[in-house]
Amino acid sequence: MARIDSTIFDLGSLDALAYRRSGIHALDPRTKVVTTALFVLTVVSFDKYTLSALLPFVLFPLALFVRAELPVGQILKKLLLALPFVFFIGIFNPWFDQRPLLEFGPLTITGGWVSFASILLRSVLTVTAALTLIATTSFTGICMALEKLGCPRVFALQLMFLYRYLFVLVEEATRLIRARALRSFHGRGHSLRVFGSLLGQLLLRSLERAQRIHLAMQCRGFDGEIRMRRPLGIHLRDVVFLLGWSGWFAVCRTWNLPQLLGTLFLELFA
Amino acid sequence: MSHHIVEVADLCYAYPDGTAALNGVNFCIHHGESVAIVGANGAGKSTLLLHLNGYLTPMQGRVRIGDYPLTKETLQDARRSVGMVFQDPDDQLFMPTVYDDVAFGPLNLGLPLDEVDLRVEAALSQVGALHLKDRPPYHLSGGEKRAVAIASVLSMSPDILVMDEPTTGLDPRGRRMLIEQLHSFQHTKIIATHDLDLVLDLCERTIVIREGRVTADGPTLDIFRDEAFLAESHLEKPLRLQACPICSRKG
Repeated sequence: MARIDSTIFDLGSLDALAYRRSGIHALDPRTKVVTTALFVLTVVSFDKYTLSALLPFVLFPLALFVRAELPVGQILKKLLLALPFVFFIGIFNPWFDQRPLLEFGPLTITGGWVSFASILLRSVLTVTAALTLIATTSFTGICMALEKLGCPRVFALQLMFLYRYLFVLVEEATRLIRARALRSFHGRGHSLRVFGSLLGQLLLRSLERAQRIHLAMQCRGFDGEIRMRRPLGIHLRDVVFLLGWSGWFAVCRTWNLPQLLGTLFLELFA
Repeated sequence: MSHHIVEVADLCYAYPDGTAALNGVNFCIHHGESVAIVGANGAGKSTLLLHLNGYLTPMQGRVRIGDYPLTKETLQDARRSVGMVFQDPDDQLFMPTVYDDVAFGPLNLGLPLDEVDLRVEAALSQVGALHLKDRPPYHLSGGEKRAVAIASVLSMSPDILVMDEPTTGLDPRGRRMLIEQLHSFQHTKIIATHDLDLVLDLCERTIVIREGRVTADGPTLDIFRDEAFLAESHLEKPLRLQACPICSRKG
């Protein structure tokens, strides 16, 4: 439990990065959300054996890292958390897909290994982009952007509250589990039945809390819309950012740049 | 003065499962008064508070806030003039940053943005929490959370402050600071609490509730001197009115 605990609180540290100042942080959240979405869509739209054509996409998260002066280590650590899931999604490909695709002398590389590598590369790209988005925009900024972009308000609000109360919920769950641990001896008390009632408790408590929060909101004039004082506005820099990067994605999607570059080299030196 | 008044007349309420919580509560609180509502666990204090902001509607009897009876039509006005501070600040601080939270009410009132800014700053400095402005509320300490929760209500400039157990979860110094702050507020105050020493400091008048009825309503000191009555209501004399255990042993 302690591990989940510290992981979640670490999530807060990612969000804390969003309060720094830089050219990237100053962009309108909508610009960053749309650009990141375009990035993710382009990256996943490639054929399953694509590897080299994906490489130029590294430029986007890399540029954001540098411009926003993000601590690389911290983001990479978060990335590592997501990787095991991806690993297990892709690890069976080499068994199912035995078709030889490449040959380096005696070494034959099957389609499965290539698609596995492709999955890994894509997830590193997309997860890094998503983490960078949070670290430069803050979770709230993203929710506001989603709402402004036409996402249903209920959904945006839910996300915002989920994020706010995740910490409270984890604390409550930790307390329940600690209370159980202190009174269960020799592994007794760890049965599924106890766990079930523990979960039930958590649900009931959350429902009650939700009621109290709703009451607190009503007391302060809540009418279905969350109003926040944030300067939002599309400036020239937003347009340049969006058009520039989507142009780059389009170029990388249409032409396989590393391959072109390789051919060019070969022609030059051949 | 007829405004800023809280009048509760013959208020009855039973929860959907049939538990009777209030059985005819009567009292009247005037402008500028500071009143404590005390009573045993389950005496009906919280249920009573929930009626003062219109969250629960009376089954019988009525509630008047200011010049209007509390009905569906006047609910918005009542909620604006009654600022409610909840027992658990985590329930009250639901926005991503302290600033957003304190600005939540004023923005919902439709105030111009400059005015919102002014009010947020004023409310936060009143509770000495201006430096927390940009922090997310889940990283604050218990005392800081309480201060911000009070600021989030002050920013709507309510006439009446209603508080449910304001000192729970505070360390002694935090508690002392809170009492001093509350002392400096000009608002009409209604405080439900078990902290009778706080009552002694802040409230000149006390209402005792027992089994959904008002059993005593009068000057705080008079009520706290009646030990037999206090014991009957599951209360006891504030510690400061009790004999000092060290001195009395010597004597």
